[in-house]
Amino acid sequence: MSIRVGEAASAPDFPVAAKKLVSNAQVRQNVRRATDVIRNKRARVVAEVDDWEQLREAGHEIKEHVLRHLDFYLQQFEAACTRAGGVVHWASDADEANRIIVDLVRAQEATEVIKVKTMTSDEIRLNPALQAAGITPYETDLADLIVQLGEDQPSHIVVPALHRNRMEIRRIFSEKMNLPELGYQPEDLTDAARAYLREKFLRVPVAISGANFAIAETGAVCVVESEGNARMCLSLPRVLITLVGIEKIIPKFRDLEVFLQLLPRSATGERMNPYNSIWTGVSPGGGPREFHVVLLDNGRTNVLSDDVSRETLDCIRCGACLNACPVYRQTGGHAYGSVYAGPIGAILTPQLQGMQHSQTLPYASSLCGACYDVCPVKINIPEILVHLRGRVVEENHAPLVEKLAMKAAAFALETPERLSLAQKTARIAQLPFTHDGVIRHLPGMLAGWTSIRDLAPVPKQSFREWWAKRQKEPRL
Amino acid sequence: MCADWILQTSIETTLHISLFITCYNDTLFPRTGRAVVAVLERLGHTVEFRQAQTCCGQMHYNTGYQAEAMPLMRHFLEVFRDDETICIPSSSCVAMIRDHYPKMAAVSGDPAVSRAVHKLLPRIFEFSELLVDKLGVTDVGAFFPHSVTLHPSCHSLRSLHLGDKPERLLKQVRGLTLVDLPEADECCGFGGTFAIKNVEVSAAMLSDKLRCVLGTRAEICTAADNSCLMHIAGALSRQRAGIRCLHLSEILASTEAGEVS
Repeated sequence: MSIRVGEAASAPDFPVAAKKLVSNAQVRQNVRRATDVIRNKRARVVAEVDDWEQLREAGHEIKEHVLRHLDFYLQQFEAACTRAGGVVHWASDADEANRIIVDLVRAQEATEVIKVKTMTSDEIRLNPALQAAGITPYETDLADLIVQLGEDQPSHIVVPALHRNRMEIRRIFSEKMNLPELGYQPEDLTDAARAYLREKFLRVPVAISGANFAIAETGAVCVVESEGNARMCLSLPRVLITLVGIEKIIPKFRDLEVFLQLLPRSATGERMNPYNSIWTGVSPGGGPREFHVVLLDNGRTNVLSDDVSRETLDCIRCGACLNACPVYRQTGGHAYGSVYAGPIGAILTPQLQGMQHSQTLPYASSLCGACYDVCPVKINIPEILVHLRGRVVEENHAPLVEKLAMKAAAFALETPERLSLAQKTARIAQLPFTHDGVIRHLPGMLAGWTSIRDLAPVPKQSFREWWAKRQKEPRL
Repeated sequence: MCADWILQTSIETTLHISLFITCYNDTLFPRTGRAVVAVLERLGHTVEFRQAQTCCGQMHYNTGYQAEAMPLMRHFLEVFRDDETICIPSSSCVAMIRDHYPKMAAVSGDPAVSRAVHKLLPRIFEFSELLVDKLGVTDVGAFFPHSVTLHPSCHSLRSLHLGDKPERLLKQVRGLTLVDLPEADECCGFGGTFAIKNVEVSAAMLSDKLRCVLGTRAEICTAADNSCLMHIAGALSRQRAGIRCLHLSEILASTEAGEVS
């Protein structure tokens, strides 16, 4: 098995990557501004919906139901999609999915593909696999195009180029599209992208897309978007290949009623996406003549086996948790070293590819709970983060110093006598570090605290000492 | 007649309150405990402090040392087994008990532990919950002639859903000017061991919080959690900002005679 999530296995630890990013004022400003805009819009349109909480509950319940009966619904989807003229492929890991897709493209004798709305293809590193096979992929979602031309990594699930501002995008387009005179107004930039992409939409015979939902009952696949570029990819080329994570299944067409309310409001703060494409197999007289679905596992069934964290797979990739997360908002997505950034990435990545490669991700959170509050399918992200921290410790990936400190603290806190003794010891131990009633430097692990903050010394009398003394005094 | 009725009511509602001070308040913020005792006794209630108490297990549990948290929970359940009303002046510790003890009890596989947790939960109160919900007071007779801004704290907001309880208490304090904190619901960046394990991000989050606190020009920053305040105060002190942080209880304990010493 070669389960992987982008290049997360070789990414630096979160605190190391984050250190670099928090020093990058431009990235922080870009991320702050963009997430502010989206989350304010989200708050406005969510407040309009009286039954938002019930919708969240419904979304959660539908997804949980699917995960409990995933085998059934996947087979139902395969049968329905096949009946409608689609071809369903099963990929157990990244390599198998890449092999299937490369073979499908080769069978068309194509040397180019257009791609849209497929974060999952970044998960399996499809683009390098295509390039290695002599096939050139063109990203057609505007943000993905910016990331691709900038030889960059996506930093957000919904807005992959969120870390870039207009001037940076202008520079990338101007260089890569060879447009030295390019203006910097949004219209100039979208005009340039349109001219660049239209030619590819009309010429390239094979498209690769992702999916927001795959409907078991009808075999239909659904993609929502804002630009219309996905609609071009889905309808113009001769062959369409759709890569779908197995958790994207929903039972019935009518379930879209719930998700098409939850997703756009949570993702982009829109009541409805400008383009909602739903297609079923192939139909004569329109759209692609061949349609393939690649159903990808790549570690998802491992996630299913954990009762506590299984609901990670409820995720509909709206990105609301990223926009709400105070950690993500400081670092941007690249600190997470994964195509899946933010709180959802911090729980999804380690579960998919194993704790040994991402043991710092479950700790990339202050557990403030903002992610849980905004999640449209009520994934209890803070609870899962803590659960995964437990697995990091259990699987022996925690730093030794921390482990020893935690064991020592647990021992000291077990009885009041030991706690009292620890308090007295601290009062003596702090003496060399206390100057003018303040501690400004501490050694070892605690240096992390004093590197940015002072510490008031432990007071002379603990509460329990005060209470004991008070009990002995005659009461008025 | 009327006065008799009031006296009668107050006698009937005199409670015996057991204080869980929490390990870090016990060690680092004993004044918060003294303030809680002062407020509750001033309101006519009696306070009990069980010397056997230690820690709820939050630090261990949240850092992934769930096995180490288990004996701390069992100890807590034993110490507070018979108390009818338990006051905890720390939102994050209350959140630990409410959100995680039931799951820990289930993991323990011991039905007696599950029963004990089930019995415990309705009896624990964060300090402002105790005052507003259980004791039905917002005016605790405090005097504090300073401008104050309130950091609502994540656990108070999103776990305990304290809502405006702390504000309502502060608004009744004579002499106090409450100044709104911008972006109040944003995390300050403490997060327990997060503050050390991810010090750079913690610092960045804290810098946003400080910008908002300093912008209020308030003399005091308060919260229902000393953990957030330790972090905020630590940075204010490092910057020589000249702003104090005080736990909510310490403001509510203040009178014309002065602050709790």
